[in-house]
Amino acid sequence: MTDLIDFISNNLQMFYIVILMIFVGVEIIGHVPAVLHTPLMSGANAIHGVVIIGAILVMLGTDTENILALSLGFVAVFLGTLNVVGGFVVTDRMLEMFKKKK
Amino acid sequence: MEYIFSLEFIYLIASVTYILGLKMLGHPETARRGNLIAAAGMTLAIIGTIFLYQGEVPTLIYALIATAILIGTIIGWIVAKKVDMTKMPELVSMFNGMGGASAALIGLIEFHHYTGNQLSILTIIAAMIIGSVSFSGSMIAWAKLNGTLRNPIRLPMYNIINNVFLGAILAFGAYIIISGSDSQIYLYILFFAAILYGILFVIPIGGADMPVVISLLNSFTGLAAAFGGFLYGNMVMLTGGILVGSAGTILTLAMCKAMNRPLANVIFGAFGENNDTKVGSDSNIKGSIKEASPSDVAILMNYSQKVIIVPGYGLAVAQAQHVIHELEQLLTSKGIEVKYAIHPVAGRMPGHMNVLLAETNVDYDKLVEMDDINPEFQSTDVVFVVGANDVVNPAAHNDTSSPIYGMPILDVENAKHIIVNKRSMKPGYAGIENELFYNQKTSMLFGDAKDALTKLLQELKNM
Repeated sequence: MTDLIDFISNNLQMFYIVILMIFVGVEIIGHVPAVLHTPLMSGANAIHGVVIIGAILVMLGTDTENILALSLGFVAVFLGTLNVVGGFVVTDRMLEMFKKKK
Repeated sequence: MEYIFSLEFIYLIASVTYILGLKMLGHPETARRGNLIAAAGMTLAIIGTIFLYQGEVPTLIYALIATAILIGTIIGWIVAKKVDMTKMPELVSMFNGMGGASAALIGLIEFHHYTGNQLSILTIIAAMIIGSVSFSGSMIAWAKLNGTLRNPIRLPMYNIINNVFLGAILAFGAYIIISGSDSQIYLYILFFAAILYGILFVIPIGGADMPVVISLLNSFTGLAAAFGGFLYGNMVMLTGGILVGSAGTILTLAMCKAMNRPLANVIFGAFGENNDTKVGSDSNIKGSIKEASPSDVAILMNYSQKVIIVPGYGLAVAQAQHVIHELEQLLTSKGIEVKYAIHPVAGRMPGHMNVLLAETNVDYDKLVEMDDINPEFQSTDVVFVVGANDVVNPAAHNDTSSPIYGMPILDVENAKHIIVNKRSMKPGYAGIENELFYNQKTSMLFGDAKDALTKLLQELKNM
């Protein structure tokens, strides 16, 4: 229990971020027209590709001797990149079609 | 210290771009720019992470990272550019799965670095379980959407089995955390169990509910990324992850609302449990099918004043969106008022039909959402349903035993004439019969949407 309290007080900033971000996320999505649900989902999908940062950090901290960790890390960076690049590009393609025609 | 400061600063900027980007994605005029802003923030964060890293890193590692990013960029770019717009939902699902897998792999690698630190192990295990479920679940959703897995597969008592299995996974995870075990074997067992759970979780859910599932798994991956952020004390992963987690959850609920079904209902498979009653309700349908030829339909339309087109996934599959746009233009040139009625869950994702029709340059103002168009059906001469089924099924209004009972639908029955284009009498995605087809006012125009529409267009041109 003291562990947990220590953890929370040591990472208070992170808990603030978590709570605030939950509200930001809810507020942002609140009033989106159904038309934009698909691009929005796709855009959000690209943003959680931020997990690639973690994959890169893993790689940067890995020992060159550790082949298994290196290969898993390589795959993680690769998959994360797919998520980011594919996600943003496909979202852009969807939105390109929403050009207002006058 | 200076380096740390600037990397933190980059992360701060990136976090702002995500919030701003998501916000802008919510408005048609700013959506595209919003996406690009978020993408720029992401690029900045990735570059910053690599170049501002503190510590000795062998060149080999840099080379590997660069290679992985390069290959990922090329493949991701090509796939995203090449894929048909009709296949977009499954693509989003696939990319989502990739992110989940990435989070799970991070957990696998980092586990033994943190042995003994229970709270770090907790975040690692959580990221790994959520990431793995998101990965395998997304892959199943992908297979379902592209037709590889056509029918829901249900083990007997699958709900109980799934929940017990989930309980076991969580208990085992808790055991690893509390015991402080450093066993890689346990970790891998947990990893594969979570993957298996993802499969079991999605496989019983009907194809029609896949958008909701994808949206849910999308927020799962966000959560997994956020746990990674916790582990590393990395603010950009934390903000990005939580933002997507919460936004994704709200989006999931919005989709459920459009179908008038509680989320639990989607996940625990009401469509499946109602299988028995479904057979019963089929036999209630009376009447016979009337078939119409393209020239019958052409005559009917030619002498109408107002036509409403109800597009569905069948239109997308047949790649008939261009022909329907031509039809709309031709009718408009004859002085007939033409609109499109867009059901919120038409197609395979909310907004899917809008994206498809926008691709063919259909005027944005002609796409009318359900609540606005429903009162208009009464004054409509011809409703033309192309490849849509469940979203116009009156059973949603009047058959309490129907699995889609309560879902808001387009009230096409109120129109004077209903023309339904379908390939055959096969039931729609939800797998249920549609009494609309047996309605006195309904005529069926059988055939592939593109063929049928092309013929119809030809007939109309000749008039």
